[in-house]
Amino acid sequence: MSQLKYALFTGCTAKQSTPELLSSTLAVADKLGIEITILEEASCCGASHLQDFDEFLAHVLNARNICYAEKLGLTMITICNTCQLNSAMTKHALDTNADLKARVNEKLKEVGLEYKGTSEIKHFLYCLVDEYGLDNIKSKVTTPLSNFNIAPFYGCHNIRPSELHHGSNNGENSYNPTSLDSLIEALEGHPVDYESKNKCCGFHVELQANHTSEVLAGNALVDAIDNNAEMVVTPCPLCHLKMDTYQDDVAKVMGRDINLPVLHMPQMVALALGATEKELGLNFHVSKATQVFAEA
Amino acid sequence: MQKTENSKTRKVTIKAFRFNIETDYLPYTKEYEMEVGQDELVLDLMNRIKWEHDGSFSYRRSCRHGICGACAIKVNGKAVLACKQNAIELLDLFNNDITLEPQSKKRAVKDMIIDKGDFWEKHSAVKPYVVTDVEPHPEHETKQSIAEFNNFLDSDLCIQCGACHYSCPALEVNEAFFGPAAFVAAYRFTVDTRDSAGIERLELTSEMGQGVWDCVKCFECAEACPKEINPIEKITKLHNLQFEKKVARSNIATRHAEGFVRSIKKHGFLDEADIVVYSEGYLGMYKHMKTAIKMIKAGKIHWDDALPWVDNVPKSKNLSEIQKLIEISMTNKL
Repeated sequence: MSQLKYALFTGCTAKQSTPELLSSTLAVADKLGIEITILEEASCCGASHLQDFDEFLAHVLNARNICYAEKLGLTMITICNTCQLNSAMTKHALDTNADLKARVNEKLKEVGLEYKGTSEIKHFLYCLVDEYGLDNIKSKVTTPLSNFNIAPFYGCHNIRPSELHHGSNNGENSYNPTSLDSLIEALEGHPVDYESKNKCCGFHVELQANHTSEVLAGNALVDAIDNNAEMVVTPCPLCHLKMDTYQDDVAKVMGRDINLPVLHMPQMVALALGATEKELGLNFHVSKATQVFAEA
Repeated sequence: MQKTENSKTRKVTIKAFRFNIETDYLPYTKEYEMEVGQDELVLDLMNRIKWEHDGSFSYRRSCRHGICGACAIKVNGKAVLACKQNAIELLDLFNNDITLEPQSKKRAVKDMIIDKGDFWEKHSAVKPYVVTDVEPHPEHETKQSIAEFNNFLDSDLCIQCGACHYSCPALEVNEAFFGPAAFVAAYRFTVDTRDSAGIERLELTSEMGQGVWDCVKCFECAEACPKEINPIEKITKLHNLQFEKKVARSNIATRHAEGFVRSIKKHGFLDEADIVVYSEGYLGMYKHMKTAIKMIKAGKIHWDDALPWVDNVPKSKNLSEIQKLIEISMTNKL
């Protein structure tokens, strides 16, 4: 297999509140021999909130990010579902609307850039599953996760709207997604089948509609627990933040004890590939997760 | 599950949600064995349950052409128009294990039939019609350019089936929320050049609790719509219109959206601590103190992150480009 090379759009959280996401992603890439160039020029994707305020500005900023991946001639990879969504939405809007593309490029020209539409945008999960390949990953596993029942939590913005994502997520069906389940199996863990795996975590209304947010996260966590999950794994740091950082508040709203480690997808892979405790960064979790390293 | 020899049909067991609000204390599931043909629709399966197995099985059906919206149900949680959805496709998707369910189990009246009263109440609340003073004897037609018409063309395809409404998780938790179908209608008439109630609709749909700010951004509505209207795209447009038409008032949600510009201008990245302080205001911050302390303990944030004179946020390379682009591209203000 020829070496895979990607331009990594880290997003904001991996540079701030979830440093463990970045370190574990780089550890996975290192173990698998994937070459990563971090797009240090990239800005925030707008997280679906800037889009509510000024959709055009959000397109301009996302197009600028993509320009830097195009300059490198590489696929832009994301490690956050919401970064994936917003980057892909801009790409789709510009690639299908010549007038909008011209208006965006008029702005980008002022800073010496041009959006061409030559780079694909893909979440790291699908790079691993579809491009690196599950069999290849399986052959590199040094610490099988056979001790764990793992609940895959897909996160909305990687699977919906499916029409937008189908080119980059191998046609994953949003009503019955399988990629994360297959990845868990490849690492010899036991995927937990539960109804909430493709539901919303409520992160985006954490501030303005707190109760809705807590109940949605709570429904998912409780559903995972009731199906014997020992941890949750998600490809989205925003789902992680909601379910990890706010777990105590969520438990109170649900009237249930919830003590569930919520791992980032690359942390789980890094664990199975024998990454160090430091690379995993489980100490950065609010809901205790450090025991996972010892139990593996 | 076995395929028959010529594989034109497939022998399967279809499960169906059964409930009669007048006689049943709890809903239950019943199984029906049948051979399903390649071209059969979910509606055909429901007809066969009723005609060949149990005449009491109840569901709504009318046009059989995907235009009346009556036969909208869910199959394994997936919203479908029964008269449009091929059954074999669903059997493939769910490994031959499918359960027919009403759009909303908690609103079930009889089997697939639900009380859609909440849907109609919300839909009519946004004035889903053109509000205008029409001359009793107009001398010419009301002209509308193709571009003006195209603004609302796809929203006009809504058949009020409720697929998006009953797939919306925000609505499941928050009964005051208008839901995606009502928002699509609000958008459709607000951008119609003949209409004069746009501001009223924008005010209605910007209210906290019921309005667009309570949308959780899950895209379930986009996935559910059988007419490919993409309701959340219209919700985003309603958000933008609030700012364009100066309807938006400064509150936690509008500051949260606008606060992204403030952060990106300064750092390129979002300042995660600042966005909370800016959205909530310093007084509102007390709600987040407990979480902040936990995050500080875990090393996720630092004790001085929220202090205005401390800047711990990483910066994008070539930040001046980002600042210039914001300056020349931003169109909205709060």
